[in-house]
Amino acid sequence: MEAAFVGDWVLDAAVPALDGVLAQLGEGDIRKLIFSTQDLGRWDSLLMTELIRLVNHGANQGIEVDTSSLPEGIQGLLQLVYAIPEPIGARRKATRVSWLEVLGASGLRLFDDVQAIIVFIGETALGLWALMRAKARFRTVDLWTNIQDCGPSALPIITLISLLAGLILAFVGAVQLALFGAEIYIADMVGLGMMREMGSLMTGIIMTGRTGAAFAAQLGTMQVNSEIDALKTMGFKPMEFLVLPRILALIFIMPLLCLYADLMGIVGGALVTVNFFEVSLLQYLNRTADAVHLKDFFIGIVKCGVFGVLIALSGCLRGMQCGRSASDVGDAATSAVVTGIVFIVVADSLITVICNRLGI
Amino acid sequence: MSIVLTNITKNFGKFAALNNIDLEIPEGELVALLGPSGCGKTTLLRIIAGLEQADSGRVVLNGEDKTEQHVSHRGIGFVFQHYALFRHMTVFDNIAFGLRVKPKKHRPSEADIAKKVHALLELVQLDWLHDRFPDQLSGGQRQRIALARALAVEPDVLLLDEPFGALDASVRKDLRQWLRNLHHELNVTSIFVTHDQEEAMEVASQVVVLNHGRIEQQGAPSDIYDHPANAFVSRFIGQTNIFAPDDHDAIWLQTSGLPVNDQNGKIAHVRPHDIEVEKASDEASAHAVLKDWQHLGALIRIELVKNAAHGESATVYAEMPNEQFKRLHLHRGDKVSLRIRNAHWFH
Repeated sequence: MEAAFVGDWVLDAAVPALDGVLAQLGEGDIRKLIFSTQDLGRWDSLLMTELIRLVNHGANQGIEVDTSSLPEGIQGLLQLVYAIPEPIGARRKATRVSWLEVLGASGLRLFDDVQAIIVFIGETALGLWALMRAKARFRTVDLWTNIQDCGPSALPIITLISLLAGLILAFVGAVQLALFGAEIYIADMVGLGMMREMGSLMTGIIMTGRTGAAFAAQLGTMQVNSEIDALKTMGFKPMEFLVLPRILALIFIMPLLCLYADLMGIVGGALVTVNFFEVSLLQYLNRTADAVHLKDFFIGIVKCGVFGVLIALSGCLRGMQCGRSASDVGDAATSAVVTGIVFIVVADSLITVICNRLGI
Repeated sequence: MSIVLTNITKNFGKFAALNNIDLEIPEGELVALLGPSGCGKTTLLRIIAGLEQADSGRVVLNGEDKTEQHVSHRGIGFVFQHYALFRHMTVFDNIAFGLRVKPKKHRPSEADIAKKVHALLELVQLDWLHDRFPDQLSGGQRQRIALARALAVEPDVLLLDEPFGALDASVRKDLRQWLRNLHHELNVTSIFVTHDQEEAMEVASQVVVLNHGRIEQQGAPSDIYDHPANAFVSRFIGQTNIFAPDDHDAIWLQTSGLPVNDQNGKIAHVRPHDIEVEKASDEASAHAVLKDWQHLGALIRIELVKNAAHGESATVYAEMPNEQFKRLHLHRGDKVSLRIRNAHWFH
């Protein structure tokens, strides 16, 4: 059979559909396919695509395809097309993993993780013990730099978030309390809510994102640069030299930040109450002072101290576990935030339940 | 201090990084651990340092078994590929760091520390940089500071992990020479890891070639170059032409002056400088066609295509001095005859 290409075969041009030719190739006893291109006008990749379809179809049917009558340019292109065999294995099928395998793998990972956390807590405890015997070796300047990094530098964001948290608490409460004309009790609600719960929780979550991630990234970078190995060769314990000052800094600074967050929350509540309802600032503050007892205040502070330890632990743990490539640092920071927030929320629930049982 | 490793084995999961390594390094040597990436050379160095624990085997430093000892008690100085300088400390503090943090009993006074640090800075010729931070230094300077830091604690063994790996070519050349001179001056037993065979040949007094977690050959650079123990070493050290005469190359090699029959091996490795190139006088003596050439400074590397009539056509590399090449007046596409002076035979 002879197939003739006539006219312009360029993209956007109206060209005859090949299906007719393909069908003809299928039926009858055609043994050889040749092409004629005397009347072929301009052509581009469209012609090539269709030609390849024809050639492939012919080859599939066992028909001899003679391309020698085609112009040289087209022949060259055809040769290129068939010069490279399709790479084997390039179209990899997505391997199916059974749910049992996934479950097993995540179980093992969880086991490893828990083990690593326990080991890390143990090593930290040993470091603290060394510190108490005044045998831990780290630079005091590192401690102060860390305190500065996670304390005063965090104040702006803590101000903003806590102020807004107090504001939101006040608004949410006001909707209900205004029904009974009891707007003055907004002070109770904001005061207790911030002191016992929101102040410490908000501080904890901000500091996980800010400091926990930073710790993981700092230690991770040191791991990637082999700085931690360098410390080891000089006889340092990275746990004492790097982790202790960070944990100490957070233990020291978190209660103070919490105190500040509580104050900002109460200011936020006051802003709403004084501006939108007929309550004076003095009344509001008096009410707050009556509602909030010292124990509420201390519960919040202690909680925040606990969160500080947890944030430092998760940040340093993930940093020390960091691999040796640059992308591992990002993973370490992410995982530090996730671990930190899980730790904080679990610890918060536990403490709340315990306080409830003890009646404080 | 001498280093003796016996039977060191290390696996990462199922991957055997090191396989029964036995190695003895006499005192005062400057040894290169050479091998392709992934051959286990860095792992071996880290095991000697104590940064990594071997699954089995012993590390003996100066006759003392240090296998179980912590890295800080092994008396080693370690220089890392990416310098690992402490970024928040000045150059001076970086070098002084190892001394300042010694337990009180062994700690020198601040004046002694300052004296020592300046002496070290002079040794690495960077005293004028003492109050800079690592970020303000160039790569070569940083690596020299890292070396000074490693030397500050007066180590018995100096370990360097690809010390010039992150530097550019010209700085690397300078530092190689400098390291060699420094070693002559200090004479402390040193091991450095590299994947660059040129670097190993130039700097080291002993070269240990590793592949797939095994030692392929150990010896002086000239030994390893002139008498490679096996095909891997021959291929890895310097450039080599590989011929397998049982295919089609036999006649070609015979006519090129290399007897094939009475050799104890199946594969011939021929160094480029062992191939002499002449302009072919007639068609019969033409072994190859000149394809291209490259200038390598004093030498010219000539790319030849083997005559297809004498077997498979393939590229053969030859080297000759610049002057000689000019005298031959060769052009691309010229027919040339070859004479192979020497070959190493492997199975």
